[in-house]
Amino acid sequence: MDLQTMTYLVVGLTFALYIGIAIWAKAGSTQEFYVAGGGVHPVANGMATAADWMSAASFLSMAGLIAFMGYDGAVYLMGWTGGYVLLALCLAPYLRKFGKFTVPDFIGDRYYSQTARTVAVICAIFVCFTYVAGQMRGVGVVFSRFLEVDITTGVIIGMGIVFFYAVLGGMKGITYTQVAQFIVLITAYLVPAVFISIMLTGHTFPQLGFGAELTGSPGVTVLDKLDGLTTELGFSQYTDGSKSTIDVFFITAALMVGTAGLPHVIVRFFTVPKVSDARISAGWALAFIALLYTTAPAVASFARLNMIDTINGSDGQGTLYAERPDWIKNWEQTGLISFSGATESQEASGAAGAAMAEQGVMFYSGDERNNMKVDRDIMVLANPEIANLPNWVIALVAAGGIAAALSTSAGLLLVISTSVSHDLLKRNLMPDITDRQELTYARVAAAVAICVAGYLGINPPGFVAQVVAFAFGLAASSFFPAIIMGIFSKKMNKEGAIAGMIVGITFTAGYILAYKGVFFEPLIANKPENWLFGISPEGIGTLGMVLNFAVAFAVSKVTAETPQEVQELVESIRFPKGSGEATHH
Amino acid sequence: MAFESNEQAKAYWRENIRLMLSLLAVWFVVSYGFGILLVDVLNAVHLGGFKLGFWFAQQGAIYVFVALIFVYVFKMNALDKKYNVHEE
Repeated sequence: MDLQTMTYLVVGLTFALYIGIAIWAKAGSTQEFYVAGGGVHPVANGMATAADWMSAASFLSMAGLIAFMGYDGAVYLMGWTGGYVLLALCLAPYLRKFGKFTVPDFIGDRYYSQTARTVAVICAIFVCFTYVAGQMRGVGVVFSRFLEVDITTGVIIGMGIVFFYAVLGGMKGITYTQVAQFIVLITAYLVPAVFISIMLTGHTFPQLGFGAELTGSPGVTVLDKLDGLTTELGFSQYTDGSKSTIDVFFITAALMVGTAGLPHVIVRFFTVPKVSDARISAGWALAFIALLYTTAPAVASFARLNMIDTINGSDGQGTLYAERPDWIKNWEQTGLISFSGATESQEASGAAGAAMAEQGVMFYSGDERNNMKVDRDIMVLANPEIANLPNWVIALVAAGGIAAALSTSAGLLLVISTSVSHDLLKRNLMPDITDRQELTYARVAAAVAICVAGYLGINPPGFVAQVVAFAFGLAASSFFPAIIMGIFSKKMNKEGAIAGMIVGITFTAGYILAYKGVFFEPLIANKPENWLFGISPEGIGTLGMVLNFAVAFAVSKVTAETPQEVQELVESIRFPKGSGEATHH
Repeated sequence: MAFESNEQAKAYWRENIRLMLSLLAVWFVVSYGFGILLVDVLNAVHLGGFKLGFWFAQQGAIYVFVALIFVYVFKMNALDKKYNVHEE
């Protein structure tokens, strides 16, 4: 069977599965719509959380990023997993005991303030839209490469599927669909990794193969070979990286803390029946996430090695463009890989590269010999092709990429619709609506959010990639400190929390805007020499968080004490006994 | 009040905080310590085909994170029982 038919078949089967689950799990009340009735088993919830968390970026882009960054890729590996420790130990059980639907609910009630609630709603909606636009784009890219439809059609098909199960099923539909999507995406990630690991090193587990000797050259390990190649080719050494220690430290911290403050992650812990389930489901979630995250650096190193080998040849002298393998031909059409001898627009890095290009020889390096342009986003998708794996594996990877993008979009869209129907309408503007009306508004809001997300996916604003730093930075510098102080400090009052959030967000957003521009030209060139203490905009959320804490404590010292009933509320969330289902007010 | 006395409530919270902080200390040491601040020192040591610092940054820290959550769950469930504040 050819690749095209195979891909349609595999992707079609997974779609049928998702829709089947959506029909089975239709939501009948707001409680089911928002938190799946609070009755999801912790292992299932862990899988759903993992699928929700692992987006198109984790699935498609992360290994590619690490392949090019080497050691520095650890900021993503540790940053996007370590946050779950904070969630499990410091947030999830207490928020579950609090027993409401959303993060703005907690902020609003704990800080007895509509202003705080409104600030939280706006942050939540902004963070989610930033994210979801990228996901829809991911769906579009996968469709356009593997199903040979254009990106717009791809995005519309994706929107249709998400619309069906998110609007119909709410959190209940989403949770059970995500369980299926987790299984699809993790299989799709592991199968090619295991294949390639066996081919290169003879080890079944990529986590071990990554540190093992190459079967082709006994005595030389994968990482030794890569270190040798990267140094020789003028890149920074693979296991060393090029970022400064302080920057690695701050970026890792911003991603960890940001993870623990992201509303679509936190809301997952409202869907389990008990406080103890919230703790354990964070553990399951991280265990499932770790499956992919410990495989990714192995995939990264194999991919980098395979790619250098195919382009430069086993003798390291370059290979003929005329005899290039099929995967280069396929990806050339997307513009994500190109050879300067074949395109007029692209110049080689230096004279040596240009001379080789004249003779039709491809060479990939970090110095003047280079004459290839390789986009890091293709590494995961092209990896099975580079390694000549069978068609069904490639089809599976396509289905996995789509599953990753769909599961994350659905979770985000739900948070957006909940923020609108519950936090904004029910708790702010129209407190008298019935449960049934609120459910209708939630569905309408989800539908509108999908259309906006689809539009952003088809017409991506140029700044999508840049605003990802924004999402984590804002979550780290606003939600995280406010929630932590709300739980662990009874003395923290509304003045302190609001002042902290405003200072944290303003500082972080200001710093990112100054260096990245986003809506306008950057005010200051984004170079290490110009950064405050050598911290890049990606890591500045950590400093924003520290400022938030400092300002909040200072302000709370000189303003009115927290009311007695709020202090009692804090007392009551600190132990599990008496937790009901997540409820109304 | 679910606790028998105020002292009980305070003692439960103190034990909870102590457990949380000691686990967070491990969390900090394996990631920020071994994986980032001490990475060059540890890279002098090899673990199979890995430099040890590199291994902590890209593999080891993640395994420890998973283990930490399960230890926390186990210990907290025991603590809830000890103070009789567990769920039915």
